[in-house]
Amino acid sequence: MRIFSNLVLVASLVAAAPPVFAQATAPSITVEQPYARATPAGAATGAVYMTLTNKAKTADRLTAASSDVAAKVQVHEMAVTNGVMQMRELKDGLPVPAGGSVVLKPGGYHVMLIGLKKPLTAGETFPLKLTFEKAGNISVTVPVQAMDATKDNKGGAGGMGGMGGMGGAGGGMGHMEMK
Amino acid sequence: MRGRQILLTVLSAVAGFAAVAFGAVYFVSTRHAGSGVGIASIGGSFSLVDDTGTPVTERTLAGKPSVMYFGYTFCPDVCPTTLLDMSRWIKALGPDADKLNYVFVTVDPERDTQKLMHAYLSSFDKHIRGLTGTPDQIAKIAREYRVYYKKVPTDDGGYLMDHSAMVYLMGPDEKFVGIIAYQEADASALAKLRNLVSLTPSS
Repeated sequence: MRIFSNLVLVASLVAAAPPVFAQATAPSITVEQPYARATPAGAATGAVYMTLTNKAKTADRLTAASSDVAAKVQVHEMAVTNGVMQMRELKDGLPVPAGGSVVLKPGGYHVMLIGLKKPLTAGETFPLKLTFEKAGNISVTVPVQAMDATKDNKGGAGGMGGMGGMGGAGGGMGHMEMK
Repeated sequence: MRGRQILLTVLSAVAGFAAVAFGAVYFVSTRHAGSGVGIASIGGSFSLVDDTGTPVTERTLAGKPSVMYFGYTFCPDVCPTTLLDMSRWIKALGPDADKLNYVFVTVDPERDTQKLMHAYLSSFDKHIRGLTGTPDQIAKIAREYRVYYKKVPTDDGGYLMDHSAMVYLMGPDEKFVGIIAYQEADASALAKLRNLVSLTPSS
C-alpha cells in the first residue's frame, strides 16, 4: 500500500510538470516556473516566485540566494494576519520536505531582491543563484512577467485558495540554465 | 529574540483586530443610528504633501468619498498588488471613477520621499495620489485612521515595515464607511466602491 502510494506520488510529480535540470548531475532539487513580476518605477525591491521540489529522501532547505540585479537577495515569508501585513527574512532558510514541494507565490514565500540596480521590466530575464543546504547551488533564469501576471491565478471566488500559482493561466515558463 | 518576535506578532494581531473591530462597530452604529456619536471614529485631520509637492489635508479630500491605502514602496508584494487592484477597480468604474479620491499614504516617510512616490505611482493608475510627510505627520494620520504600522529592523541594518493591509473607504465628509480587505474578490470590492460613488453629493 505504502509502495503503491509512493509510486502514485512519483508518477503524479512526473506527470505534473516534467522537471528541467539545472546542472549536468541532476540535483535532488528542481526549480519549476520561476518568475518575477515587473517592478514599479523607482521601487528598490522585487520578488521572485517558483516551485521547489525535493526528490531526495531527506529534507533540504533553501538557505541563500544571489543575483546580479540586486545588491542583496533574501528568502522571505510574508503573511497578512488580522489585516496586518508582516514580512520577515527566513533566517534558517525555507524547508523543502523530502519528496515534497514548496510553492513560493504572492502573499506567501518569496525570494526578495533588495536594492534593485534597475527596475525589472516585463519580457526580460535575469539570473538567480539559489543555494540549498544539501543540493548545493542551482542557477536559474528568471523571466519577468507583467506586474499583474498572477492575477488570473487568484481564482475568482475570494482568492484565498491555497492552490498556488501553478498550472493554468500563468504557466509555461520553466526556463533554466544548462551548465 | 524569539519571545520578542512572538510578542510583536501578538501585538500586531491585536492592533489589526482592533482596527477592524473599530471599523465594524462604527459601521454598524452609523447604519443603525445614522450617526457615530460616542463611538471612536476612524479618520481625522492631517497635514501631508502629495507626490507632486502639493500640500494635502483632510479638507482637500472632503467633498468626494476617498479610497485610502497605507503602505510603502519598499514592499515587494502586498503593496504593488493592492495598488494594481485599485488601478483595476478604477478602470472598471469607468467615468464614475472621477467621483472618488484615491490615496496611497506611505507608512515609511524616511524612504518614501515625494519624488520617489511620484516615480512609483507612475506605474499605476493616474488617479492614485501619493501622500508623504514627516515621521510625525505620518504618525498622526496613522493614529487618526487607526492604522497599525511598525518598523522592524533587519540584521543588515535595514528595516521592513509591518502595516495594516486593508483599503479604507471614507465618505464625502471623510468619515469612515468601511474597508476592502486584502485580496477581497473584485466583485465585492466593486460593489463597495459603487456604493461609495452613490454617496457623492450631487452638485
